[in-house]
Order: sequence, then structure tokens, then C-alpha cells
Amino acid sequence: MQEYFHSVRLDTDKCKGCVNCIKRCPTEAIRIRGGKAQIIESRCIDCGECIRRCPNHAKTAFTDNLQDLANYRWNIALPAPALYSQFNYEVSIEQILEALLSLGFDEVFEVALAAEYVSSQIHDYLENNTGNRPYISSACPAVVRLIQVKFPELIDHIIPVDSPAALAGRIAKCQSSARLGIPPEQIGVWFITPCPAKVTAVKQPVDMEISYINGAIGIAEIYGELLKNIGQNANNVKRTATYKGVGWALAGGETKATGRDSTLSAHGIQSVNDILEQVVLGKLNDIEYLECQACAGGCIGGPLMVQNRFVAEKNMKKRLEFIKNQGLNDDKEAQINYDPAEYALVKQKIEPRSILRLDSDIVKAMQKMELIEKTLARLPGLDCGSCGSPSCKALAEDIVQGHASETDCVFKLRERVKALAEEMVDLAQKLPPSLNKENEEGFYDRR
Amino acid sequence: MTNEQTLKMEFTLKSMDFNLAGEASSKIKQVLQRIGISSAVIRRIAIGTYEAEMNAIIHAVNGKMTVEVSKDKTEVTVVDEGPGIHDVDMAMTEGYSTAPDHIREMGFGAGMGLPNMARCSDVFSIKSEYGVGTEIYMIFNH
Repeated sequence: MQEYFHSVRLDTDKCKGCVNCIKRCPTEAIRIRGGKAQIIESRCIDCGECIRRCPNHAKTAFTDNLQDLANYRWNIALPAPALYSQFNYEVSIEQILEALLSLGFDEVFEVALAAEYVSSQIHDYLENNTGNRPYISSACPAVVRLIQVKFPELIDHIIPVDSPAALAGRIAKCQSSARLGIPPEQIGVWFITPCPAKVTAVKQPVDMEISYINGAIGIAEIYGELLKNIGQNANNVKRTATYKGVGWALAGGETKATGRDSTLSAHGIQSVNDILEQVVLGKLNDIEYLECQACAGGCIGGPLMVQNRFVAEKNMKKRLEFIKNQGLNDDKEAQINYDPAEYALVKQKIEPRSILRLDSDIVKAMQKMELIEKTLARLPGLDCGSCGSPSCKALAEDIVQGHASETDCVFKLRERVKALAEEMVDLAQKLPPSLNKENEEGFYDRR
Repeated sequence: MTNEQTLKMEFTLKSMDFNLAGEASSKIKQVLQRIGISSAVIRRIAIGTYEAEMNAIIHAVNGKMTVEVSKDKTEVTVVDEGPGIHDVDMAMTEGYSTAPDHIREMGFGAGMGLPNMARCSDVFSIKSEYGVGTEIYMIFNH
């Protein structure tokens, strides 16, 4: 197995080697080499920012597709709450779930319901633990990975509570296996995902050994089919989650559902980066809980969504208002008996994956640091990206680490060419003494 | 010889320059991460330098922070020209603050600065002359 699985990939045919993606990547994980973007695997956190930025659609997300359902006897869809934002609120959640069934799933389990359980787990955890404030949500896998690679000192702040998707997968698989008498390995559980980060989280979880979810299917991948299959009837499914769980799709929905006072919600990968910097400096110790989402607007702004995020936000707000008033007319307790202990899993510690360290030897790292500063001082400081590195600073580091050379900078190259040209002009003017008529004085006269 | 390798950084701290507040401590943190100092130690240094930086920005007229990183320790010196501290013992008390209201309203001046610095560092000393300035010296062992 490869060291890192990544959902975000490059379509080399479409890549024109422009610098849009390298400049926006929050972990500086992309370089242009040989006229094409190259993703540095150890740095990529699968946030999907490059997918948004690429004007040529050369950045894509690998997700599973409906054909994969054929490999299992029983298939369960786990729709992310954000899926509901892709439809006008007049299309009921039941209709959306029913449409999922008509795509070939045998059962649906709303991640929004698991989100409600997770909300109360978070509430209880915050009630009983104060040591690592502010606690940081574990729900967004791109944020968890950002912390691993760029903020390893904050790993202990990540709340040791499952993400709603992970919990939904576990409950759905275990319960259906018991109910139907089908072995768990013959049950396919599929997360209907708004983002590539979740695909990666499913394929290579950071905090548990195995994922109960078999794959993740991008919302954009099935959107057309879903639209076709939205019918008037929804007789085979019941909505299980209330507005609290569904609200997780929007930035701020999670903190609202936990019912805690001292919380803060940051969204958009750059804003998350900034707020985490503040946590490191000890500025936010009075905050109990920090909800961080890589996508602006929350999951409704995911790179695999179809609707414009503001439209999705409007849809979702309307829907929340609507189902809040409507309430649940069935007793969901009877439908799903949830005992946290039954599904408790020994979670693995999240390991740091720092990309920042220059050398395993401190002294050598210090020497490299000095060299980087000196190299940087010689570079033009325009951060144009033409060299294929995202900034002059990144190029300086690439040079010191042996991955680039100073003449990769077009301005340095020009300087060198200019110096060479001047020297050539200089040399061209020189003549051997036998031809040099201007210098007619005799050899001996010079003395 | 190589063991004596050190990295020096210097930052100018300007009175009431909130645009740059936290800039120095963030920069220091980044450098320490690149060198490979452990996360727990970086955390302490980040908090210690941030408090010192903010103290100088809020209270002093002009200040300078000098940082010297060597293999096994980071030394931080913050010298400022400013009002100085009237009663250092008092200032070391948790919750004691002379910050004016408008600063407190911004979420600063909770009276935890000096106690936090002392708690985070392995060696902490403070010299202050009222009306002249303050000098803080901290060592963080790696």
C-alpha cells in the first residue's frame, strides 16, 4: 500500500502548468515541474482548494462510483447532511433519500442522525474535560490533516470523538449485519461526500485502524442521476434526523448543536489556518470549542458540490427553518437504538506528520535555516511563481534542500545572462596585438 | 564547532502597533518548527514570546526582542524603553493589571502576562526601572 492515499489528483493532459494552484495551496504542496503541476504527497491534505482554483479543471477528486455497489450483497448509502442543500427545500428529505434508493442502494442511513449523537458526545466531553482548551472539532478531515502537518503542537486539542460520518458507518454496518444476518464484509457502506477530504478519510483514516465505510461517492458524481430519480412518492424511507443534525452542513451548525456557550466557528482553509495560529499563541484559551471547516460556508461549500455555495446556503437555511417547525412525526428512538458503548472503538492516537522540519538533525536544520535566509535575500521577492515554487521563500527552501537551483528564477537567470552578455561584448572588443591598430606604440615603449 | 551553531533573530516592537501584534512570536514559532524543536517546547516558547511581545506593544514606547536559538535552548531577551514597572512583585501576581480599559476591552491586559511568561520558561528574570524601561530575560530548554 502506498504511504499516503490521496483523493485529489492531477489530470496531466489538462494541466497547463500555470501557477494558480501552487499559489493557493495552504500547505505549499504543489510545484510545477516539466510544465505540469506535481503534488507532494506528504504535504497534501486533500482540502480540494486546488480543485476550486484550477481554471483548466486539471485537478480532480478520485471518488468511488455506483458500479462499485455490485461487489456487495447489501449496500447502504450514508448521505452527508450537505446533500440536502443541493435541492430546494420543497424537495423533501424523504424524496432525496428515496431517490438514493432508486440508484441501487438497499438502505439509507442519515449522517445527520449520527451528527446528533456526536453533538451530545461533544457536549458531555466538554462538560468533563477542560485541560486542552480550546478543543478542536474532529469532523473535517482536511482540518485534522492540516493540524497533523502544520500544527502538530495542537494534536492534543482535537476532541477524541468520532466524526458523524465515521459513527454513521459503524452503526449502519453493525446494525444491518445483525438484522439481516449478512456478514459485515458483504455489506457495502458508501458515504455520499461533498469533498475529497472525506474520500481520503474513508480510505486512510487517521485515528482508527479500519474504516467501517467502504467507499465515498462524490455528490457531483451522482447528482444528475439523483435529479432524474426524485419522485413524488417517498414511501420506503423515513427521515430520522432533526434540524440539529441536518444543520451540521452549515458552518456554525455543529457548535450550535453541541449547545455550548463559549464556541467559535472558523471556515475556509486560510481562515482556519489563521485561527489555529491564534490557538498556538494561547490567545483562545477562554474558548471551549472550536469548529473548523476547510471549506468556506462549511460542507455546503465542498469542492464536490454542484450548487453555488450561496445558493446551497439559502436552500439549507430554508430547509432548516422548515423542518424545525415540522418536527419529527415518527419516533426515531424505536428505529435506532443507539448505545455509545456498543459502538465504542478504541481510537488510535493521531500522529503528527510535520512537513516543516528541515532536517532530522537540529544543528543541520539550523544551518539550512540560515542558508535559506541568505538565499531568500538574493531572490527578487516578487513571489511570481514562474520558478514552479509558490513563493520566493519556498524556492529558497527548495534550493537549499536540493530540489531546485537559483537559475530556476527567471530574474536570476536574466541577471546571469546579462552578466554573460556583457562579458561577451567585452571579449568581442578585445583584439590580438597584431591587429590592434589603435595601440600603435611599440612593445618596448610600454616599459 | 558545529554544536555552537546558533540562530539569531531580532524584532522591533512598536508601541500600540496592533497590526504587527503577534508577528514576532509567530515568526519565532515558524523557525523553531523548521529546526525541529519538539511541539511541547514550541508551545511554551510561542506563549512566552507572545506575552512578552504584547506587553511591550501595550505598555512600552519602543522595544526590541532578541532571540538566540542553540541546539538545546532558546534564549529570549526583551528590552523596552517605557514607563517601567512600579512594583515588579505586584505585577507578577496573577490577575494584577495596569492596562487601561480600552486595552482590556480588546481582550488584552488580563494580568496574566508576566505570570504566564514565568510559567512557560525554565529561567525567567525581570529588571525594571520605573520611568526608564524593562528588561525581560527567558530561557527555554529544549
